[in-house]
Amino acid sequence: MASPIEQFQIKPIIPVINFTNSSLFMIGAAAVIVGGLLLATRKRAVVPGRAQSMAEVLHDFVANTLVDATGKEGMKFFPLVFSLFMFVLTANMLGMIPGFFTVTSHIIVTFALALLVIGTVVVYGFMKHGTHFLGLFVPSGVPAWLLPFIVVIELISFLSRPISLSLRLFANMLAGHIALKVFAGFVVSLLAAGGGLMILAPLPLLMAVALMALEFLVAALQAYVFTVLTCIYLNDALHPGH
Amino acid sequence: MAQAQTNHATTEAPGGAHEDIGFPPFETETYAGQLLWLAITFVVLYTLLSRLVLPRLGGIIENRRAMIANDLDDAAGMKSRAEEAGAAYERALAEAKGRAQALAQETRAKLSAESDAKRKALEADLNQRLADAEATISAKKSEAMSHVDAIARDTASAIIERLTGKAPAPQKVEAALNQIKA
Repeated sequence: MASPIEQFQIKPIIPVINFTNSSLFMIGAAAVIVGGLLLATRKRAVVPGRAQSMAEVLHDFVANTLVDATGKEGMKFFPLVFSLFMFVLTANMLGMIPGFFTVTSHIIVTFALALLVIGTVVVYGFMKHGTHFLGLFVPSGVPAWLLPFIVVIELISFLSRPISLSLRLFANMLAGHIALKVFAGFVVSLLAAGGGLMILAPLPLLMAVALMALEFLVAALQAYVFTVLTCIYLNDALHPGH
Repeated sequence: MAQAQTNHATTEAPGGAHEDIGFPPFETETYAGQLLWLAITFVVLYTLLSRLVLPRLGGIIENRRAMIANDLDDAAGMKSRAEEAGAAYERALAEAKGRAQALAQETRAKLSAESDAKRKALEADLNQRLADAEATISAKKSEAMSHVDAIARDTASAIIERLTGKAPAPQKVEAALNQIKA
């Protein structure tokens, strides 16, 4: 039986250009997103069909999340937030198909995406507000003697954002897939053991089915959490004052 | 974790399916390739979404919103126009009612004036005839009364002649009658 972490292995496909199964599924996710949305909106119907409704729901869902967190002026980040949400969601969902590689189960990918978010916040924050952006670390209404500690705490919490943002997604995807594989592996092991143990095999199978449902929930939820946090961080870049 | 991994690797090794696999997410030598393809993919995805997909999707939604807003505006305009028309109708109706009333009043006045005039003419006519008749009656009456003397004289003469056998002198009869009349 294969190890539960074998599914995370990076396997080269075209070694010369570093093209691996991970690259393939990244491109696959992007293709599914762009192709799916273009296909869904090809009729540009005023009264949408099912596919177009879904595309519009996704659009409005992300737009509402962004506007709720940042206000109307946050809409300039809409393409970025929508791309992030769709990429993470699609990568997570593709990963749910048995045998498919989960792009977001690699810390380097989620960390790169988190750095993209924080980088955008920092660059845009300084561009828009200059040194005022540093006011983010200096909450108003704090006694002067307490201020140095608060600034240090704020700074640490800001620096830990890309780590927590990337670790949350990575760990959720990784743990879910390992758990699934472990329970699926139990089924095989019990069947292979034969005899009385075979009767027990349906139990981990049931568990695997339940976990599968849970993992679909987690896949969607983590994409949403990633998006919401992105919006909240972007709000800091737009409105640095506490 | 790392220890668990090596354990695993050694237990798996006899199976021969795969040799020592570390923990793939922590295999740093794969990072460069993943980052490269993530960057390429994400830039392409972002470009396609922001240039092609989102304008189309946003356009559809915006288009629908504008259409609904337009239709609502049109409906409001039509409603106000309908209300205006209703008010104009009410006004016209009130005006017409007023005019009809005035006309009725006028007609009634005219008719009553006419009938008054007719009645007056008739009354005048009747009065005239009445007066004429009265004049005729009084003329006849005075005429008749003028005959009474002669009749009384003749009658008295006739009675006396019958009683006495001879006709009285007309002057005496006349005198007696004048005496009675007085």
